[in-house]
Amino acid sequence: MTTTSFDFDTVEVRDVSKHYGRRRALAHVSLTGRGGEILGLLGPNGAGKSTLLSVLGTLMRPTSGEVRYGGKLSHEIGDALRGRIGVLGHDLFLYGDLSARENLEFFGRLNGVAALGARVDRALEDARLTDRARERVSGFSRGLRQRLALERALIHDPRLVLLDEPFTGLDDASCTALADRLRALRASGVLILMATHDFDSADGLIDRAWCLHNGRAHLLDAPAGAESLRDRYRRALQGAQA
Amino acid sequence: MIGVLRAAWVIARKDLVVEARSRELLYTTLFFALSVVLVFSFALVRGADDLDINKAVDATLRSQMAAGILWVGIAFSGTLALGRTFERERQAETLRALLLAPIEHTAVYLGKLATLLVLMVGVELIIVPVVGFLFGAPLAASPWILIGLLGTGTLGFAAVGTLFAAMLVRAHSRDVLLPVLLYPIAIPVVLAGVRGTAAIFAPEADPATAFMWLTMLVFFDAVFVTLALWTFGPVMGE
Amino acid sequence: MVPALLLVAAVVLVGSPFVVNGAPYEASMGIVSKIFYFHVPFAAVMLTSTFVSGIASAVYLIRRKPMADYVALAAGELVTVFGIFVLVSGPLWARKAWGVWWVWEPRLTMTLVMWMIFAAYQILRRFGGPGTDVLGAVVAIFGMAVAPFVYWSVNMWRGMHPQTSVVPTLPESMRDPLMWCMAGIFALYAALVLVRARVERNRAALEAAYIALED
Repeated sequence: MTTTSFDFDTVEVRDVSKHYGRRRALAHVSLTGRGGEILGLLGPNGAGKSTLLSVLGTLMRPTSGEVRYGGKLSHEIGDALRGRIGVLGHDLFLYGDLSARENLEFFGRLNGVAALGARVDRALEDARLTDRARERVSGFSRGLRQRLALERALIHDPRLVLLDEPFTGLDDASCTALADRLRALRASGVLILMATHDFDSADGLIDRAWCLHNGRAHLLDAPAGAESLRDRYRRALQGAQA
Repeated sequence: MIGVLRAAWVIARKDLVVEARSRELLYTTLFFALSVVLVFSFALVRGADDLDINKAVDATLRSQMAAGILWVGIAFSGTLALGRTFERERQAETLRALLLAPIEHTAVYLGKLATLLVLMVGVELIIVPVVGFLFGAPLAASPWILIGLLGTGTLGFAAVGTLFAAMLVRAHSRDVLLPVLLYPIAIPVVLAGVRGTAAIFAPEADPATAFMWLTMLVFFDAVFVTLALWTFGPVMGE
Repeated sequence: MVPALLLVAAVVLVGSPFVVNGAPYEASMGIVSKIFYFHVPFAAVMLTSTFVSGIASAVYLIRRKPMADYVALAAGELVTVFGIFVLVSGPLWARKAWGVWWVWEPRLTMTLVMWMIFAAYQILRRFGGPGTDVLGAVVAIFGMAVAPFVYWSVNMWRGMHPQTSVVPTLPESMRDPLMWCMAGIFALYAALVLVRARVERNRAALEAAYIALED
């Protein structure tokens, strides 16, 4: 376990906007999450999902508005905040020239993970990559890299996990395994924010979801009867476009 | 949270491990430096007379050319190495991953700088003897000052170059912009390096002048390494 | 503020031919030396502008005040504009005075290097894509910081060769016209920086209005 002096239970996005000149990526987005939840960001390509995740991951400063972690702003907390956030981006953040084990060890060291060897072994098991631990990542298929990238994002046991299209490239068994993993994380008090297109995998997994359209976030209504996530999303999208 | 120096060491060690395996960057940079030296030699040396060791006037000319060609080789190959190092971090956006780690951003700068320095020293260990061989330059005259010039000059160039290359990773036209931005700022380094080296290589060696240039390089390094350390955090952490 | 500056600049510059005409000829160069009364102020303004851009950039990097960025951009552009004048008038003078188009003397060389750095600054800001305001700020800061080193190194380099630059001590009769032209050209510079910075600020305000309109 990593020892940290800072932790938080809630994340608040307050009226966050982000523009590049005249192009707006996010417009007055507000949402809140707490540990032990899985939240979904749904929307068409270019709607701003990745931008919102970047802002939450402290990679980007919003043009206006603020993000509070346990009530505090990121610059008030300092560099230690990043030790409580795990990010799985579109571009997996893996070094192709290193082996799976070396990638995990490298990021583990940077995060100051204690008992690194055992932790890396566990991560490789969770990714079901133990037998390929010493192979270079450049030889892995997209799906294998995705599994490894997830474990890299979780190696330091973060409180806030940001996932950008985590189901991409995964076969059916891996999707189920990922969903189980996320449920286990939720049970241990982690706050997960997931941007995805994969309604089938996300259905039943997500507690609350927002539809992003033109940079604005619209909360999906609670399911009416046996309504699927896809239906709820379409309803929200129609409402947004109206 | 681990400390800055330890984080820099972890990053540098990772890069050096990768490099030690394939040695791709070392070989390509080295051969590029050799090509530059050859091309400039053909461009500047007028003929066999210039290389006649019995002619005193030409001995001075030779030492000047040797110094100039050496530093041009260092500057060009250094720029290549910079571009390639950060190109690697662009794939899979790993530079972002480094900035996401709970370490001070300056650790990323220091780690990358250390790797580049090791690489360039490796290249210089070959290039300097090669230039000495081609031009009959007296490498053993004032060896400490020569090492000092190479060390401080390489550090100055690498300090500014690492910052600029990191900054430009996500910019458009970054391959062209890096030399365009770096070379004017590196002019004092190259000038000092060349003049200092020429003073040592000259038939009537002038270590005092070389030492004067060395002093300037030390000042340059002090100012620009400090500036780079100050500005790396604000510019990378958007 | 701006109209007052422009008025001062206009008065000074309109009067300058008369003032410059009244100054004595410099011994060796004759009438060509009169270019000095414009070349030097433009060079002084150019160097000042590099420091304005560098300092404004540092303020922007630390405080992220938008106005600092606009001033840095304006000053950066003016470095290249005023620099062109210096780099054209310098060689013209050198050709007539010493028979060569270019002299590797510290000030002229420093001007050339600064010009190149800030031309690159403009290229970066125009073609680099998003986020180049911060990148540009670093370039301007480094450009400002390297100016003394370029001067120092070229000076040491030239120390081995005969000096061909103008004597620094000036007789009274030459100093007054020089100060006259300095005042006018500095006033012009100040006006241009303010106007250009304001244009940038208006552009940003326009874009903010565009965004606000969509809300």
